[in-house]
Amino acid sequence: MTGALRVLEHHLLVYRRTWKGSLFTSFVSPVLFLTAMGLGLGSLISRGPVRTVDGVSYVAFLAPGLLAATAMQSAFVETTYPIMARMQWLRTYDGMLATPIRVLEVLAGEFGWLAVRLALGSSAFFLVMLLFGTVQSGLGLLAIVVAVLTGLAFGAPIFAFTATQRTDNSFALIGRLFITPLFLLGGVFFPIHQLPQFVQGIAWLTPLAHGVALARGLSVGVLAPAAGIHLLVLLVYAAAGVVAARITFRRRLAP
Amino acid sequence: MIAVLGRRSFQVPAVRRAGHLVERNAILQRRGWPVIVSGFVEPLLYLLAIGFGVGALVGSTVTVNGHPLRYAVFVAPALMASSAMNGAIFETAFNFFYKLKYVKLYDAVLATPLGVADIALGEISWALMRGTLYALGFIVLMVALGLVISPWALVALPAAMLIGFSFAAVGTAASTFVRTYQDFDLVLTVLIPLFLFSATFYPITVYPGALQVVVQLTPLYHGVDLLRSLTTGMIGPSILLDIAYLVILGAAALALAATRLERLLLK
Repeated sequence: MTGALRVLEHHLLVYRRTWKGSLFTSFVSPVLFLTAMGLGLGSLISRGPVRTVDGVSYVAFLAPGLLAATAMQSAFVETTYPIMARMQWLRTYDGMLATPIRVLEVLAGEFGWLAVRLALGSSAFFLVMLLFGTVQSGLGLLAIVVAVLTGLAFGAPIFAFTATQRTDNSFALIGRLFITPLFLLGGVFFPIHQLPQFVQGIAWLTPLAHGVALARGLSVGVLAPAAGIHLLVLLVYAAAGVVAARITFRRRLAP
Repeated sequence: MIAVLGRRSFQVPAVRRAGHLVERNAILQRRGWPVIVSGFVEPLLYLLAIGFGVGALVGSTVTVNGHPLRYAVFVAPALMASSAMNGAIFETAFNFFYKLKYVKLYDAVLATPLGVADIALGEISWALMRGTLYALGFIVLMVALGLVISPWALVALPAAMLIGFSFAAVGTAASTFVRTYQDFDLVLTVLIPLFLFSATFYPITVYPGALQVVVQLTPLYHGVDLLRSLTTGMIGPSILLDIAYLVILGAAALALAATRLERLLLK
């Protein structure tokens, strides 16, 4: 697996030059969202009929949900266009495969890098949550791990799909038909039980609802008995995605 | 070459010539229609999630000028204004930059009777047409969901077109300064705060006095105020200021875009 480490090293070297650009998305953007939605909108909710959401202030409710949803979004971005670029537009993988690195090592390196990126972004987000005082339990630190898992639960299957594509046409549609609806209706901004029964069922089929519920429980410090199920769903999605990606990526790149 | 340059520079844009560019964009979109259609979905989801989902948490506490408003009624016009801004900026800044720098489309276009001014007019018209389609869909949706409570909403469509025009001009001007795709992070750095802080999700009175002034200096605030006034019927003199702000911004950005494009394409 030294090949995978080489691939990871490649990404770290590139990132050394480009990390400043990701600073906005991973640090400034959560600050803005939590200020506007959490505090601004939260001030309306605290004067409204419910005052708190699921027993906590709106900003404390929103923050862990956004943490998981942001991981989902960055996993989506990282496993579509950049992968297509390395496979087809820039032919980075062809370059890598001309060395002793093998296809599955490239794949392992890519997933390793995805996990590193997700961990960095989620840690930055977690710092913002600490700044806003929304972490109410020491268990909250584990929410970073949950966010990374949520990202992988999306990133791995999307990676498998990207490996089957020749153009980038379908990426915008994935964003609009899956990622954005989940971001808005998947339990981040308001509790899922407010949705119609049928839509609730759909929401619980996706990894986001489980990632959000788990991250929220850890951040607030109340772990529901369903926590094990949430974790299991995330792991199953991530594992199934990795297995699928092994097949599609090898089919795409193996000579 | 000098003669060509001189002739082209002073060419006044013509609707007929610019129309060819619009036609070209429309033909290309025939394949990408799922992307256009799915563009309706996003504002709808925002409306459902924020207007109704979060609205249920807010209750009926939003008070504007002393009038209580249902939260969905309050937030819907703001989402319409934001979507007009986003649509215009994405179509101009991102797609325009792609054509300018990567596809080199305009080098080919300039080899035809079209001039730089025609290009600017054609691209901004195209962005505006697309934006108008979305705004129309959104206002129909608002009526269907009972979120329009004033007949003034009839002019919400042209108002949304004005917002679209101003930001399309700003987007085109901005794209002439963009060097690589990385610079689009800067565009987002501006768009996201505008979207979040322009009295979009809560009344401007939530802010302390000094911050209210700052918010009133930014462009999307005026788009939000304009559309909210029209769909709720709370019309005050502020809408004249909103219109003036958007017209001046659009015109200034258009002039800047035209000047910059001349230099970029005809140097």
